[in-house]
Amino acid sequence: MGLEYVRISPGFERYMPKDYVDLVKYGQFGRQMDVQQLGQFKELVEEHPMCAGCFMAYFIRVFYAALPNPEDTIVIGTAGCARLALSQAAVPFIYGNYGDTNAVASGLKRALTIRFPDKVKDVVVMAGDGGLIDIGFGMTMHSWFRREKFTTIMVDNEVYGNTGGQESGMSPKGVQLKMAPKGKQFDKINAVELAKVAGCVYVAKLAPTNPKRIAKTIRRAVLAARHFGPTFIHAYTSCNIEYSIPTEKVLEDARKREKQDFGFYEWMTDEVKEYFEELERKPEEVRT
Amino acid sequence: MPEQRVVDADYLLLEAPRERKFITGAQAMAEAVKRANVDIAIAYPITPQSEVMHLVGDLWAQGYLKDYYRAEEEYGAMSAIAGAVRGGARAFSATSGPGLLRGIEAIASWPGHRIPAVLGVLTRVVNAPLSIQPDNVEIAYLLNCGMVVLHAENQQDVFDFTLASFVISEKVDVYIPVAVCTEGFFVTHAKGYVNMTPEDMKLPPRDPYKAPVPPTDCEIPPARIQRDAPVQKSNFMSYLIHAVWQQEVWSSNIRAMKYIYKYLGGPIEVVNPDAEVFVVASGCAAAQGREAVRYAQMEGLNVGLVKVKSIRPFPEKEIREALSKAKAVIVPEHNIVGWLAREVKAVLPNNDRVIGGPRVYGGMTLPVELIMEKVYDAFGIKKQKKVVV
Repeated sequence: MGLEYVRISPGFERYMPKDYVDLVKYGQFGRQMDVQQLGQFKELVEEHPMCAGCFMAYFIRVFYAALPNPEDTIVIGTAGCARLALSQAAVPFIYGNYGDTNAVASGLKRALTIRFPDKVKDVVVMAGDGGLIDIGFGMTMHSWFRREKFTTIMVDNEVYGNTGGQESGMSPKGVQLKMAPKGKQFDKINAVELAKVAGCVYVAKLAPTNPKRIAKTIRRAVLAARHFGPTFIHAYTSCNIEYSIPTEKVLEDARKREKQDFGFYEWMTDEVKEYFEELERKPEEVRT
Repeated sequence: MPEQRVVDADYLLLEAPRERKFITGAQAMAEAVKRANVDIAIAYPITPQSEVMHLVGDLWAQGYLKDYYRAEEEYGAMSAIAGAVRGGARAFSATSGPGLLRGIEAIASWPGHRIPAVLGVLTRVVNAPLSIQPDNVEIAYLLNCGMVVLHAENQQDVFDFTLASFVISEKVDVYIPVAVCTEGFFVTHAKGYVNMTPEDMKLPPRDPYKAPVPPTDCEIPPARIQRDAPVQKSNFMSYLIHAVWQQEVWSSNIRAMKYIYKYLGGPIEVVNPDAEVFVVASGCAAAQGREAVRYAQMEGLNVGLVKVKSIRPFPEKEIREALSKAKAVIVPEHNIVGWLAREVKAVLPNNDRVIGGPRVYGGMTLPVELIMEKVYDAFGIKKQKKVVV
C-alpha cells in the first residue's frame, strides 16, 4: 500500500512542494536504486544538521538509498546524533525515550502485523552505541531473545557524541574521554557475538568504506528480519569531533579501523543463507 | 470463548443488560479488557498487579486478544505500548508501585505522543522499606503526566472505569491515555459484586485514522514527517513548540470531562449534599468515608461524602459547589503525603476548613474510627465512648 500514500492526486502536482514532487518523480519510492547512482536520483534524506565530515551521516545516506521497500518502512531512533538525520528523511521516523528503541519497535512491529497480516511493513532501528548497548541494553537483548522481526543497526561512534564526549561501553579500552578521566577501564563490548548468542538470524559488522557492500548488508538485514527474525548490523561510524579526526581524514580513519578491528564480518543462519542464495539468483525479486 | 459481536460503545456502556457476579478487582479489570476488543496487552509482573496481567494473558490464550507478551521490564513494557499504539493497535497494560515508577518516563511521554492506551494502576507502597501492601502515593506521580487519572473505589468501579477508559481515551478530542487506579489487595484480591455487560459483546475496534495524530503505519501521508524538526531549529522554537503541545495535551485532559459525565455519571459522587461536615475521598478511602457517613447518621451528625472518581481532570468546579456550605472538609487518604488534600485545598476558598487526614500508609487499613475522630473534632464533640457499630 505504501506507494499509494506517496502518489500525488492528479491535478495537485503544481500545488505540491517541489521537494515532494521530485521525491515521487525521481526518488526511490517503488524503485530499486543502485547506491552507485547516489547523486543521480532524489534521495530520501538530503538535508541534515550533522557535523561536517560526519561518517555517521554518510552511512545514513547510504542506508536510505539501500532500503528494499522505503515506502513501507518505519525507522525508529533514539536521542543522539543519528536521529538528527533520521528525523529529516522521507521515511516515517519514531523518536522514543532514550534507549527504548527496541521495545518501541517490538510493539510497533507486532501492531503492524496484527493490522496488516498480508502486507510487508519493515521496521528498522538505528541508534548509537549508548542507546543500544548501554542504556537500552536490556531492551535490545530481549527483543532479540523474543525473536522480534525487525532490524537493529548500531551506528557505533564509540562515544556519547551528542552529549559532548563521554565514554560508552563501546569505547575502546584505555581511551581517555570525559567521564573516563583515567582512560576507559574495560574492553569494548563484543556486540556482534552478543547478537548471535541472543538469537539474531543475520549479523554483520563493517566499517562503511564500500557503499555497495553497505547497501547489500542493509538489504540483507531487512529482508532476513522480514522473514526469519531479528537481524543486527554493527557499523563503525566515527565521531570526528570527539576523537579529533580531521574532516579530510575521516575515510582514512575508517579504512584504518577496517584493517585493525572492523574488518567486514557477516554471519547468518543456514535458513537465511539458503533464502539469499535463492533470492539473489533472481535479483528482480528482492523487492516484494 | 463465546463468539463476541461488536456493539456500539454507548450501547455497551450505558444500555446493555448486566449480569451480577461476585469477583475480585483483578478479575473485574480483566473482564473489562475481555469486552474492550483489545489488540495487544504487554505485561510485566509486579505484585499486586500480576493477577490482572495473568488473567489478561489467559484471555489472549483463549482468543480474546490478538497478541500478548511478557516484556523485559516495566520501561520496556511501557515503551512497547507506545510502539503498538503508534502502530494503530488498541493496547493495555497494568502496573503497581515501584513498577509504575520504573516505567514512568515512558508513561509520561504517552500523552505528548498522543497515545490512547489504558493503564491499570493497582497501587502499592513505593518507598523503602520494602512492602508489597497497598498505599497510593504513586498516584501523586501520575498527576502531572497529562493523562486522565481515575480512582476506583471497588470492584464495580474497576470494571466500569476500565471499560469506559478505552472509549474515553480514543475520543478524537481527547486522545490521551487513561490510568485506572485502585488499591492493590484491598480491591484487586478481594471480591465484591460487579454488574457486568454480557461477555459476548465487545467494543468496536479502534479506528486509528479517526485521530488527531495519525498512526505511523505507512498508509497515509505525510511521508516526510520532520523536515523541520523543532529541536534542530533553535532552542526558542523548540521551547515554543513544546509549550504549545503541552497546552494541547492538558486541554485534551479537560475535554475528557464531558465523557466522564456521560459514561461514569460525573467526576464526583455526593452523598448527603446538605451536610455540614464532609468527607472527601477517592479510591478505598471513599468506601471508608461512606461508612463514616453511616456512623455519623446513627449518631445524629450531619455528615456527607464527596467521592472523587476523576483525579485528572480534577473536578474543581464540582468540588467547590458541593462543598460551598461545608463547615469542615475531612480528607482521609491511603498515603503519607496527602496528595488529595493538597488538590482539594487548592480549589476551595477558605481552605483552612480542609483537614488533611487521617492518613494511613504502608498498606495499613483505614479504620472508620479514625475518620470519626476528625468528624467529632469538626463538630467540637469531646467523645469518650466508642462509636456505635
